[in-house]
Amino acid sequence: MIKLSDKLYNKDIDQQPIRKGFGDGMMILGKENPKVIALCCDLTDSVKLGEFAKTYPDRFVEVGVAEQNLAGLGAGFAHEGFIPYITSYATFSPGRNWDQIRVSICYSENNVKIIGSHAGISVGPDGATHQAMEDIAITRVLPHMTVLVPCDAIEARKATIAAAKLDGPVYIRLAREKTPQFTTDETPFEIGKAYVFREGKDVTIAAAGPQVYYALEAAEALSKEKISCEVVNLVSVKPLDTDTLTKSVKKTGCIVTAEEHQITGGVGSAVAESLSRSFPVPQEFVGMPDHFGESGEQSELISKWGMDSKAIIAAVKKVVKRK
Amino acid sequence: MNIRELEKKANEIRQDIITMLVQAKSGHSAGPLGMADVFTALYLGGAMNIDPKNPDWEARDRFVLSCGHICPVWYAALAHAGFFPTKELSSLRKLGTRLQGHPHHTELPGAENTSGPLGQGLSQAAAMAYAGLKMKKEPWRVFCVMSDGEQEEGQIWEAAMFAAKYKLRNLVGIIDRNNIQIDGYTEDIMPLEPFADKWRAYGWHVLEVDGHNIQAIIDACNEARAIYEKPTVIICHTIPGKGVDFMEYSYEWHGKPPSPEEAKKALDELRTLGGKIRSEHE
Repeated sequence: MIKLSDKLYNKDIDQQPIRKGFGDGMMILGKENPKVIALCCDLTDSVKLGEFAKTYPDRFVEVGVAEQNLAGLGAGFAHEGFIPYITSYATFSPGRNWDQIRVSICYSENNVKIIGSHAGISVGPDGATHQAMEDIAITRVLPHMTVLVPCDAIEARKATIAAAKLDGPVYIRLAREKTPQFTTDETPFEIGKAYVFREGKDVTIAAAGPQVYYALEAAEALSKEKISCEVVNLVSVKPLDTDTLTKSVKKTGCIVTAEEHQITGGVGSAVAESLSRSFPVPQEFVGMPDHFGESGEQSELISKWGMDSKAIIAAVKKVVKRK
Repeated sequence: MNIRELEKKANEIRQDIITMLVQAKSGHSAGPLGMADVFTALYLGGAMNIDPKNPDWEARDRFVLSCGHICPVWYAALAHAGFFPTKELSSLRKLGTRLQGHPHHTELPGAENTSGPLGQGLSQAAAMAYAGLKMKKEPWRVFCVMSDGEQEEGQIWEAAMFAAKYKLRNLVGIIDRNNIQIDGYTEDIMPLEPFADKWRAYGWHVLEVDGHNIQAIIDACNEARAIYEKPTVIICHTIPGKGVDFMEYSYEWHGKPPSPEEAKKALDELRTLGGKIRSEHE
């Protein structure tokens, strides 16, 4: 079994913002790889680059509030052999600068890492303008792009470090709010791999980001109702690990996907595109139902819009009936 | 090459542009013809430090084409400089070609960037200049050719602010000020004037030259070396469609190729230097 936190289902599990793992990863990369540089659009501390900027001032470039320029600069630095991490909120990058990412980065095969922080509805009180709910769709559609959605801070650190070793554009999605820190240093991570975090036989729950923990919570609750859930962490949304997914649904016969993103074009869509070709099974989608968000607290929003463990439980009950 | 020889080269490049476009049956005529002298100065006149036999030479001057639609002139100049055989020019826009309708970095020797959607080049050039000046601390320079219509894109001015902030003296912007864009004259579509003042206000050193005076273009590129505190932009005043009488000054020729008959007429005019050397060609 994969090693997860000893406190996995405890109320006092450590809570960390996923974005913090990115900052930790950058400090390791700063030391290990002189080619790694960071660019930021007036959000240095928000995206957890404060320490990197202070420690490696020669490898930190402040761009100002100019995300289109950010993407173009990333392409130019990559052209010169650097490994630029271009950072902002996901609504602005890859939101505002998608064309620059498409042409200057992906089509040009420039080795740029795009860091979209504060993604998902859980950014909360800032409201719908700042809640990136479309970023997975618009990045995974781009040829040459790799898309990673870490489920906690430790996985975000591993994704940040792994991205530097991959020669090509990578999008890493981060969240602002604290969520349970439930993976460990020993939990495996590899780009292109999905991981079975909990084994089960009645239903597969495949999730990415904070929803992986909610999926585990749902599985724990459902075990008391004699529904056995297999929980798969889809941190690598692209490339998607079709083998692991197919193997799981061959056993369970149905699947629920869960993400903090529009259902249209997101992780669930990626899974459907994949399983419809390898082993089609009934699927239910937990995600944003083609709607913009609103202001509110993290817990209020994921509850109201149906992206918490309760929503996953409801989707599981629905999908097992469709088998 | 002396100036006379360079002028002849520019004429050959114009002929190649016409031939490429008529064979491709699509593409842009006015911009490439108008920029033939600038590209001749850059690639054959010594304005840039390059080695066509070694396109990835680390010490080369970098070149970024931001307005990708004028790529026929870039392709022709690269071929005449020796980056790839001139016979490949006839493959423009055809299936399997390295000469894509808008340039694609990774395919063609000497093509350092991808472009087409306007406004994206200066950011890339600015990062290269930043990397060269502040990180690698090397003396090479970065040239970025832009169109004037392209200046309507906001990203240009984001990059302009960035380059000025970091005093990227090794960055040279070159703007094709031909006053036309697809829908009409720039000053009717979205006025750019006072154009030089805008660049000055953004913290750049501004030079203005006759974009058909090869010596003046080379001199301006050299003069930019002396500017230590700022990036330099060279506004090249050009005639769209330059060299082909019926295309000159006309925005209708921005985005279309000549028909076979029009191409014959254009080539006849270019080969005879506007009818001055009629006897050889009749």
